[in-house]
Amino acid sequence: MIQYEKFILDNGLRVLVHEDKSTPMAVLNVLYDVGAKDENPDKTGFAHLFEHLMFGGSKNIPSYDEPLQVAGGENNAFTTNDLTNYYCQLPAENIETAFWLESDRMLSLAFSKKSLEVQRKVVCEEFKEHYITKPYGDVWHKMRELAYTTHPYRWMTIGASLKHVEDATLEDVKAFFNKHYTPSNAIMVVAGNIETAQMKVLAEKWFGSIPAGEKYNRQLPIEPKQNASRFLEVKSNVPLDALYKCWHMPARMDERYYAAELISDILGGGGSSRLFQSLVKEKQLFSNIDCYHFGSTDAGLLTIEGKIVKGINIKDAENALMEEINKIVENGISVSELEKVKNKAESALAFEDMSLMNRASNIAMYENLGEAELINTELSKYQAVTAEEILEQARIIFDENNCNTMHYLSNN
Amino acid sequence: MNRKIAPQIKDAVDYTLALKPYEHYTLDNGINVYSIDAGAQEVVQLEMVYYAGNCYDPLKGIAAATNFLLKNGTTNKTAFQINEAFDYYGGYCNRACYNETSIVTLHSLSKHIDKLLPILHEMLTESVFLQQELDIYKQNVKQRLKVNLQKAEFVAGRLIDSYIYGEHHPYGVYTNPLDIDALNIEACKAFYQEYYINGNCTIFVSGKMPLNFKESLNAVFGQMPVNKKPVIKPVNKSIQIEQRKFRVDIDPNSVQGAIRIAMPFPNRLHPDFKKVMVLNTLFGGFFGSRLMSNIREDKGYTYGIYSYIQNHVQESAWLISTEAGKDVSEATIEEVYKEMQRLREEKIGDEELLLVRNYMIGGILGELDGPFQIMAKWKNIILNGMDESYFYDSVHEIKSVNAEQLMELANKYLRPENFWELVVY
Repeated sequence: MIQYEKFILDNGLRVLVHEDKSTPMAVLNVLYDVGAKDENPDKTGFAHLFEHLMFGGSKNIPSYDEPLQVAGGENNAFTTNDLTNYYCQLPAENIETAFWLESDRMLSLAFSKKSLEVQRKVVCEEFKEHYITKPYGDVWHKMRELAYTTHPYRWMTIGASLKHVEDATLEDVKAFFNKHYTPSNAIMVVAGNIETAQMKVLAEKWFGSIPAGEKYNRQLPIEPKQNASRFLEVKSNVPLDALYKCWHMPARMDERYYAAELISDILGGGGSSRLFQSLVKEKQLFSNIDCYHFGSTDAGLLTIEGKIVKGINIKDAENALMEEINKIVENGISVSELEKVKNKAESALAFEDMSLMNRASNIAMYENLGEAELINTELSKYQAVTAEEILEQARIIFDENNCNTMHYLSNN
Repeated sequence: MNRKIAPQIKDAVDYTLALKPYEHYTLDNGINVYSIDAGAQEVVQLEMVYYAGNCYDPLKGIAAATNFLLKNGTTNKTAFQINEAFDYYGGYCNRACYNETSIVTLHSLSKHIDKLLPILHEMLTESVFLQQELDIYKQNVKQRLKVNLQKAEFVAGRLIDSYIYGEHHPYGVYTNPLDIDALNIEACKAFYQEYYINGNCTIFVSGKMPLNFKESLNAVFGQMPVNKKPVIKPVNKSIQIEQRKFRVDIDPNSVQGAIRIAMPFPNRLHPDFKKVMVLNTLFGGFFGSRLMSNIREDKGYTYGIYSYIQNHVQESAWLISTEAGKDVSEATIEEVYKEMQRLREEKIGDEELLLVRNYMIGGILGELDGPFQIMAKWKNIILNGMDESYFYDSVHEIKSVNAEQLMELANKYLRPENFWELVVY
């Protein structure tokens, strides 16, 4: 059980406090309910670029990082298609420094021209490093466009193109801030060796006076049900053929999500998983194969990807993969297999909660999904999944018309 | 309330840092066990460390292959059955081969670990090393290598190590597809006999121990025939390549250069080492470092640039590493040397030095979060043949090293003529 207390400031900021007296540290985590899916299709990559700008100084404080480092702290942030999360960890006695810094940049950024110019370049280098120079680096760029016709999951967090990042203006930045970086669109978690009562005082002191702003009302286009399978062949300068298959799966808060998650573990979770055993070990058609999804808030993609052994025809490898998929669709899974993946889920959740930082960000993420208490009920949801539900979900997900396939072929 | 004024802080340097002591005991066969029983979660981490790293390779890659195949079949269980046994209880068994040591790690819920220990024991005493398992391993390693060889950062990492240690040094050696072809099962079996069955083993265990865990460990591992002879510590001497500057082109269409600048550097026991850790932090060891502030935050040449001392036992190297835009790679290198020059010629100011001290102490405080992290510190100390004074002396140096000393060290080490320089495009 993870204990916490929740309260809401008048301006709408939700605050959750989790005490842990076993550590000398404290964590302050602020999650903004804005991700790449909230971007204008002509200005993608903005949520992430904006995350960089959040470190370029705020209204009253020229540098975010320096005072935090002086207080013995460090910080980072990440952006996904769904949200933007900022966190810092520092010795618990200095927690007020974190309140000071985080509240000032929620109040207002400095909107420095220089910061925008530099960070545009930095993000372009990040784009190149991760998505252009790496073999297979553009797979998700292409796969998202194939699998989503309408929903803004069509583009990656880094942006649909370098040009969108290069063209960002200071006006765009200001508009984005005013629209999304409001107290009512944020969740703050304070965790560690702290007192809840004192955190209430500090939250009120530093965040209470920030104007509520206008509540952002998210209205995203809904992805229509896919009615026919889709296929894309890519030829590229890579050493090996690779196969990618994606099927639409339930959203994070859908009760059926848990069955889908267990299906991905049965198929692709480690050394005893079905796909690894059959396709890598027994038939030796793939040199590696994985099954995963991103846990996205809206309906996501159950993905299987693998590299084909040199000399094997990708069609043959794909047929063998589909044989395994058909087995689960036709016969479901055994009692002991279900028991196994439930045990694995229990273990994974326990290890995830080891570090203070993870606990803080998980509390924020669950609160953002609906309520923080999900962090304590998650395990029971996995444990409640039945073999019948797995079979039913497997049949729905692995419907041929729900499938997106990419052959990423070596041209040398 | 004035938002321009920072709240009062306690300087991190005013903290007294304590490394929670381990409990030490030996099993019947003399295996040393270091244990930290702590933490809120009901989980345990068990690490079995063997002196079976690639320093002992009779043939390139045998240590790594042997270590990998530990999980791929015993007299009683197939690879699948071993995996199934761990997975069923939600346990994670990983193995890794380093230079001096090879490690088999088990992560498990405390309530299940007793059921998993016998499987580990079987892997470490009754592995069979099947030809077919080796063949699959070779094929998959070769495929992975092919992909990696198209990554500039991977190529740069292995080339720079080979320049400063030499291709025959375990820290500088790298595998080519032909080396993988040459791996053979007899060599793996022989390596297993010598370095696992009859080898040297140390156990590190941390987390929330189940009841009578000591007895469980002894019952399972206390009779293995290990530790009959002393560890033969490898002695390898680096030999640097003569040429100092390299530009390697692996992709004519590349948009970035993978830059590595490196110099040989002594190991942790050298008297300068702890002070240099402070100088390195200032230079390129964290987000607020000189290199990052200049080359990322001012010029935007890169997504990130870091300097670090490699984590090696016998001898080490000081490295600067970044991926920068192709058109600004040479300019990036110039700026790195300029930052070295600044450190040699200008004394660091009090404010910046306090920032670095506080940041480092705060970092250590943060790193002591939870039993696994505390054990990681101890493991590093013990496997490097040191004691807790290393930890306390390091903390002392962070708090007390002064600007003159840092400048002296910069003048001693951070000179362009000490470095080897590489860009892979």
